[in-house]
Amino acid sequence: MDVLKYAIELVAVLLLALGIKGLSKVRSARGANQLAAVAMALAVLGLLINYLGTSGITAAAWIWIIVGTLIGGSLGAITAQRVPMTSMPETVALFNGCGGMSSLLVALAAALYPLALEATGPVALVSIVVSVFVGSITFTGSIVAMAKLQGWLSTPAWMQSQLRHVVNIALAVAALVGAIEMLRTGGGATGLWLLVAASGLLGIGVTLPIGGADMPVVISLLNSYSGVAAAAAGFVVGSQLLIVAGAMVGAAGLILTQVMCDGMNRSLVSVLFGGALGASSTSGAGGGEYTNITSCSSEECALTLEAAERVIIVPGYGLAVAQAQHTLREVTRVLESAGIDVAYAIHPVAGRMPGHMNVLLAEADVPYEQLKEMDQINPEFPATDVVLVLGANDVVNPQAKNDPESPLYGMPVLDVQEARTVFVVKRGMSAGYSGIKNDLFELSNTSMVFGDAKKVLGDLLVELKDLGLGKK
Amino acid sequence: MDANFVEFLWVLLLGSLLGLELIGKVPPTLHTPLMSGANAVSGITVLAALTAIIKAGDSPVLLLLGSVSLGFALFNVIGGFLVTDRMLAMFSRKPARKENS
Repeated sequence: MDVLKYAIELVAVLLLALGIKGLSKVRSARGANQLAAVAMALAVLGLLINYLGTSGITAAAWIWIIVGTLIGGSLGAITAQRVPMTSMPETVALFNGCGGMSSLLVALAAALYPLALEATGPVALVSIVVSVFVGSITFTGSIVAMAKLQGWLSTPAWMQSQLRHVVNIALAVAALVGAIEMLRTGGGATGLWLLVAASGLLGIGVTLPIGGADMPVVISLLNSYSGVAAAAAGFVVGSQLLIVAGAMVGAAGLILTQVMCDGMNRSLVSVLFGGALGASSTSGAGGGEYTNITSCSSEECALTLEAAERVIIVPGYGLAVAQAQHTLREVTRVLESAGIDVAYAIHPVAGRMPGHMNVLLAEADVPYEQLKEMDQINPEFPATDVVLVLGANDVVNPQAKNDPESPLYGMPVLDVQEARTVFVVKRGMSAGYSGIKNDLFELSNTSMVFGDAKKVLGDLLVELKDLGLGKK
Repeated sequence: MDANFVEFLWVLLLGSLLGLELIGKVPPTLHTPLMSGANAVSGITVLAALTAIIKAGDSPVLLLLGSVSLGFALFNVIGGFLVTDRMLAMFSRKPARKENS
């Protein structure tokens, strides 16, 4: 039996590693994801076979296994099917939080019933402490991240002040006290609950002040944490497979987080402790009223588009919110049929998560080749007739290049202002997610088209067809 | 326990190194699916939850804790893999593929 167990575990690890690796290449990604799923099923099967061959599995255990599987599995499947592509970041955060919760519950079980789970001794105790700590932070942090992305939660004012550091340090100290108390008493309940409460609150306290473009980085980091929590749970129950897989996800998540930070020219430290971008900028250089805005109708916009030879679309979160990706695709189809060259400029952090826009546009059947990354498209703006900015804001703010005082300074942005004409489709003059004024809107070659992205694009489509485009 | 522990530390170390090496250059397009897929893998805690249930004996609290933990983990795993697949399905170039709208 042992041989079979080890063989299955080894194959599972191998497939998981290949799966994660394959996920980083466009062509192999889908197969790699399925491979990882197979590996996971294999791991579960291996574990069940192993226990059947040794201690056996009681009828009561089977019932609880089936109940948990049916409820968790079906809810997961339903959520995955139902959730709209536009709210992918929230969904990942939710799933991630549940993974953290799972590790937390296992650690709690081991802490409360150390004998049954054979989790005695100092090593098991330390593993339990780590698992509870990381698991709690992952759970509350992910749920807060999800709530913030959904717009259910906003950051309270005191959370943006320096006071939050004091509160978070106090919580961290409380968690440490709980951990020490647990170790000292050999798993005492007082220390355990203090640790659970303090680390849970710490997860909230750390995540709540973070906002704007930084949110995806936090989700990626929390994803890495859930790997660490899984590895710690592996130490608790003594499963090497769990340790390997957890460590792999933890490390890979860290790399991915770093890659994302690089894309925004931000350091991880400033994301975590710098607080929300622009939180204090309303009084600083970034703030101020708009004085010189030109707005125009969709008719004018259509006329300019018709006369263009080269058009670049800059999608942003507004496009996702308005669910306008399909209407956008119809508009670009009409433009293309008139021989107009269309490309899409994808900022690494456009939307609420890197790759968010790619997923969204892929859903609307936009050819993959037309999506251009920032470095690739920035030199092309001067030779572009019309740029259509759809619900993007901070990622096209020239302040990031020109104004050293701006909180955005240093973040790479799309140089849309280099194009001949820029149309910005926006619902109103409210500031972007970061709360920073956008100098682009005041430039002489920029016109604002006010309205919901879907409605404006719908109007544009009608106007373009009236002009005789897309009819050949 | 001690021999086991050292062995586990080796496993942890090698697993971490493997994770660091697995992802080198990721195109931004794949950031979201990769995060989502890796997230599904982190639901490997199903194994821990299953172990807890199987070893629970006749303790109802332990059975319940294990079962709830299993539910959360499977929500993570199944939801994670399916949603990743949904995202990646849209990247395939066949224009006929348009199942989820």
